[in-house]
Amino acid sequence: MQYNDVPNFLPALPEIFMSVICMVLLIFGVFKGNKSTYLISWLVILSLFLTSLFCILGPKDEIIFSNIFIVDDFSIFSKVLIIIGAIAALAMSLSYIRNEGMEKFEYPILIMLSTLGMMMMVSANDLISLYVGLELQSLALYVLAAFKRDTLKSSEAGLKYFVLGALSSGMLLYGASLIYGFSGTTNFETIQAMFDSNNEPSLGIIVGIVFIISAMAFKVSAVPFHMWTPDVYEGSTTSVTAFLSMAPKVAAMALFIRLVYVPFYGLVPEWQQVVILISAASMVIGSLAAIRQTNIKRLMAYSSIGHMGFALLGLSAGTQQGVESVLIYMFIYLFMNIGVFVVILSMRVNGVMVENINDLSGLGKNNPFLAIIFGILMFSLAGIPPLAGFFGKFYVFLAAVDSGLYILCVIGVISSVIGAFYYLRIVKIMYFDDPVDIFEKPNSASMISLLSISGIFTIFFIVAPTPLISWAHHAASSIIQ
Amino acid sequence: MIIQSIAFYIFAGIIIASAIMVISAKNPVHSVLFLILAFFNGAGLFVLVGAEFLAMIMVIVYVGAVAVLFMFVVMMLDINFVELRQGFLQYLPIGLLIGLILLVELILILSSQFEDPQILAVSSLPIPPIEEVENTKALGNVLYTKYIYLFQSGGLILLTAMIGAIVLTLRSRPGIKKQVIAKQVSRKREDSVEIKKVTPGAGV
Repeated sequence: MQYNDVPNFLPALPEIFMSVICMVLLIFGVFKGNKSTYLISWLVILSLFLTSLFCILGPKDEIIFSNIFIVDDFSIFSKVLIIIGAIAALAMSLSYIRNEGMEKFEYPILIMLSTLGMMMMVSANDLISLYVGLELQSLALYVLAAFKRDTLKSSEAGLKYFVLGALSSGMLLYGASLIYGFSGTTNFETIQAMFDSNNEPSLGIIVGIVFIISAMAFKVSAVPFHMWTPDVYEGSTTSVTAFLSMAPKVAAMALFIRLVYVPFYGLVPEWQQVVILISAASMVIGSLAAIRQTNIKRLMAYSSIGHMGFALLGLSAGTQQGVESVLIYMFIYLFMNIGVFVVILSMRVNGVMVENINDLSGLGKNNPFLAIIFGILMFSLAGIPPLAGFFGKFYVFLAAVDSGLYILCVIGVISSVIGAFYYLRIVKIMYFDDPVDIFEKPNSASMISLLSISGIFTIFFIVAPTPLISWAHHAASSIIQ
Repeated sequence: MIIQSIAFYIFAGIIIASAIMVISAKNPVHSVLFLILAFFNGAGLFVLVGAEFLAMIMVIVYVGAVAVLFMFVVMMLDINFVELRQGFLQYLPIGLLIGLILLVELILILSSQFEDPQILAVSSLPIPPIEEVENTKALGNVLYTKYIYLFQSGGLILLTAMIGAIVLTLRSRPGIKKQVIAKQVSRKREDSVEIKKVTPGAGV
């Protein structure tokens, strides 16, 4: 046979390590029962940390498993970002799941499996491995969304997410099958090579691309495929919402970038118009619909829709600079979200979680530390200059302007101004409204430290932006040949 | 050759007949049984075209799992099928229309031919000739070598699905009596039987 030699497994070491640890911890949990949830959570955090070390120190620029699994600077950047998101989401939810009686040992394991799926997604170099990774992460997320199965809202969120997610998987598969049918291959590089030589893509390929972009837009929750986001964010338990708004967004955006920049790089004009449309729609809907929200989780859902619109603005540039700006944007967005969700998870009055924006009133007097960081994060999300959020938007706009997308940039600036209204309203409620209820004091050490990290990153990003920018530059240049 | 065509017409005829019976049988259990018959004959058709792996998978998956699941649903849930079937005929025109569209599409596909030499050139995995390698072996050759990553990832997805099903449905109910065999075996006579000396004539 021609496959006698043992394949090179080393580049996939992070993934193999994670899946083995998952199974070991699963068996451990089965024997120890739900009492061991806390221990397993910390073990998961530890092994995620080790995985990120394997990612950084491991070999790169390798394509293994007969050209379906790629490790390059881009995938390493995304994997590290995904792992940071997963660790933060798990660390901030430790005390929450205990208080809410969700202490099941499957919780950290499902988060780890989902993270594994995301890492497989960003390393995909083939339509099949893309789908397999996507399905692994989504399946774990559906279960997590419905994790608090005894409440109606959580079950509803899980079911809604599952049905709509299955629909988007169907669209992805339909698009992938069209592309396979009209190009004869599922390998990204082979598809790319096809469009280098012949510049006249057939109609089937374009329809396939549109379907795949629709599925990707669903995963990053961009308009018009955003309908599930507010309901799932609101219905899921808050710790799951925190996870949903961080790691999967990064993974889906990274996959989106690889899809349009590797296999379809020769077809920029074909996909660019679609991405421009969903980007503009996401920015506008994200900022307009958020104004009327009273629930903070729903507000964050619309906020994430708007932010994904801005990230897609960079993506639609179609240049290496565009990829770079999206990566910087996602990095900053992730760090801001960590802090925001720590605050939302601290909204607890007399042993009950509260979720209304008005419950924040008087936070400036009751808990100054929480309030000042939350205020800074809100300014940053709105894009006020010295903070990190401004730089994210700045690079994205810069990339778009360089590609001549002026109208899109004007739409972006206008919706950014509208968006500033609801972020600043929260600051106003915290500092100028009469206090209602005092949040429970005990915040765990992990939550305080996550909040501090998020706040420090947001404030001091201006001092040393170069490491992140040069890292993003390396990552972006590795996928564009 | 003639035997093959006879076998084909027998299989195809039985499939159509049992498919009609599936939707027209009064008893839902009979419907499921006719469905199983249709699956078996479908497997026979696969064998005829030389796809013995697909045939076996069809029997294992559809008959072994899907049809049994249907059977469970039919027998466990108390569904009034007579009520469900009311107004069945009013959907007939739509059904005929969809059938007609499918027929037209089928004719269109069969009458046209699409073959791009460039696509055939890059085709990732050529099918080995059926006379040399039977298709179970051909699949086995690539499943654990070329597609090992995808195969194992598929396993992980199924594991996740299993964990999910257990997390969302398993409830530990307190106060349920369970059989502990070790406890039963290690039971001694003294644990349960107490011998009382009763003096005659004194009563207990």
